[in-house]
Amino acid sequence: MNIILTIIKREYLVRVRKKSFIVMTLLAPLLLTAFYGGIGWLAVGSVSQKKVAVVDQTGQFAGNFKTDKETKFTSLSTTVAQAKARFVEDGYDALVIIPKDVIEHPKTVQIFAEKSIGGNLKGNIEQAISKEIEIQKLTKLGITQQVIADAKVNVDAETISLSELGEKKTSTLTTSIIGGLCAMLIYISVLLYGTQVMRSVLEEKTSRIIEVIISSVKPFQLMMGKIVGVGLVGLTQFLLWIMLTVGLIWGGSAILGRDMARNAAKARMSTTMSAKKADEMVKAAEKPGMMAGAVAALKTLNLTLIIGCFLFYFLGGYLLYSSLYGAIGAAVDSETDTQQFMLPVTLPIIACITLAQFIISDPDGPLAFWMSMIPFTSPIIMMVRIPFGVPGWQLALSMLLLVLGFVGTTWLAARIYRVGILMYGKKPTYRELSKWIFYKA
Amino acid sequence: MAILQTRHIVKQYAQHRALDDVSLEVPTGQIFGLLGPNGAGKTSLIRIINQITGPDSGEVLFDGKPLGPEHIRHIGYLPEERGLYKKMKVGEQLLYLAQLKGLNERQAMDKLKIWFEKFDIKTWWAKNVEDLSKGMQQKIQFVATVLHQPALLILDEPFSGFDPINANLIRDEILELKQQGTTIIFSTHRMETVEELCDHIALIHQSHKVLDGSKRAIKEQFKTHTYRVEYQGTVGELPAAFATTIVGPTDDAFERMDIKIPPDAAVNDLIRLLLDRVSIRSFGENIPTMNDIFIKAVGSAND
Repeated sequence: MNIILTIIKREYLVRVRKKSFIVMTLLAPLLLTAFYGGIGWLAVGSVSQKKVAVVDQTGQFAGNFKTDKETKFTSLSTTVAQAKARFVEDGYDALVIIPKDVIEHPKTVQIFAEKSIGGNLKGNIEQAISKEIEIQKLTKLGITQQVIADAKVNVDAETISLSELGEKKTSTLTTSIIGGLCAMLIYISVLLYGTQVMRSVLEEKTSRIIEVIISSVKPFQLMMGKIVGVGLVGLTQFLLWIMLTVGLIWGGSAILGRDMARNAAKARMSTTMSAKKADEMVKAAEKPGMMAGAVAALKTLNLTLIIGCFLFYFLGGYLLYSSLYGAIGAAVDSETDTQQFMLPVTLPIIACITLAQFIISDPDGPLAFWMSMIPFTSPIIMMVRIPFGVPGWQLALSMLLLVLGFVGTTWLAARIYRVGILMYGKKPTYRELSKWIFYKA
Repeated sequence: MAILQTRHIVKQYAQHRALDDVSLEVPTGQIFGLLGPNGAGKTSLIRIINQITGPDSGEVLFDGKPLGPEHIRHIGYLPEERGLYKKMKVGEQLLYLAQLKGLNERQAMDKLKIWFEKFDIKTWWAKNVEDLSKGMQQKIQFVATVLHQPALLILDEPFSGFDPINANLIRDEILELKQQGTTIIFSTHRMETVEELCDHIALIHQSHKVLDGSKRAIKEQFKTHTYRVEYQGTVGELPAAFATTIVGPTDDAFERMDIKIPPDAAVNDLIRLLLDRVSIRSFGENIPTMNDIFIKAVGSAND
């Protein structure tokens, strides 16, 4: 046991002290926050305003086009030909022409643009026109604006899952995001740290130190020490990533939120700004409040269950795959030879990530069920399912199968490993590998 | 007293029997030469002694007890294919390897200090192994092998990769370790080092042990009763049982002749015959070299 601890210590320290580890650990959260911060800034900050000219031959629609921070509508009371002529020199991005008979022939509306306009803008214009046509047609039929306004009811369904514990509010979106995030983390860690185990085994083999080491310790001890050591590196890195990212986001959003509030306050006082814009800013400033809503939704999920399961499936999946990767490293002599054996091992993980979206849309279907039982796919798929609620017996069965799975692969890997590390030369075939499993030590 | 005994060891790989009924006794405190052509099974045997692999049948005794995990720390192994962690610092690496052999950090540190002073390599402590020359790495590896003061040291081609000065340094260390009571199993193809260092020899050929015994006994066994004489004059007729071979004159015009006498003949009779006929400058027995013995033993096993 002491020996395994010594091995774990070395494997851990060697990696944690590497420059690449420190750089990766510090850089990834920075990049991540910079990425999302950038997106946020772009979304909140100034978007170049599009100028759209409207030639409304009916004279009834002009009021329907609301200028906002994305588009500035200008009503032109000229002819179509004149408008087209002025279009370029006045620097409009688009020209909307609403013909006289639009109410009878709604498909005659035309949009001219130098470059193609965004689908969003097109949709807005169409919606504004069709809404007005609708109102006009309804008015003609004797239905007043009041009735129309009354008839408009916004339905925002609340999804509530029924469980033995009573009713709990859940948000499908939050649930999907949590599930997807956990699955993604497990996917990344299995690939990242699994291949690290493989490289490390390969390094010992090619540097020929392996014979010295296994004259002191059992191959199984070395393999397990390596797997646990690298696994701890993975946990350390994840922990640091989470802490740094949370810290950065927290700090960042505090600054951003304060800025927004200040801007909004300024806007309210300023007379040059429209009241609407100020309102918008106030709303944006209240965004952290909306975040709080999402956090509240999070709280309705069983976080302890999710975190517990995440740790379990993270470890289970990592142990299962890293032992297989270790066996690959032992079987071959060089990194290039690993490709052939990497493919079948990596395939189930990739399949999981590709199929995850189907699982999210049908978290209790047969595909979801079976993939969350098979140990090769369960660490990722079960994590997708858990936030939606999984029956206790399924969770227990899946965990049991995963434990059996990694005990099985570790046993298999250890048998290939102990033979492979002393074999040099030709790349083995699958047949030879299967023979190694039954060699006597 | 034998520190290590192997009894009827058999090791079978898929299509190849690496060791077939190999029984050896390695006497305590001696240098034991484990010889054999390439692919004879030496490495398989060494790996079994190191418990890297196990025999299919037969047993290994260490100090009279079946070999087990508790013996690992009493054995030091320098494999033919040397290797260290390239990106690890020399000092840390040696500490790690010593700890794998069961030393704690303090003990390892104390012993390392002695060796670093002895080899005058204190400045290497914080260097990465990959920054050292091949010969320097070999030295580090030798230190790693002997650091935990094993009772049994297994050295596979210990001198390869060393320049003559460092080879001498290592040879002196080996002899000093022997003085301190360490038993050394020495596997090599260099017969002159066997001649110089080994007390006891075993020869493995095609998975079988073909020769085993003290160096003196083996030389005795392989002696051909051939004597070389340098002389002036004419030897003339010798008894029919005496086979003579003219070797040719020396640089300073003495004749040379090899004379092989029957095993039951006395060498003094030969000398008496020669005394009357020629003036002798030198007379001596042609003792077989280890090289001769190796070639002869392997050759006769092939027949």
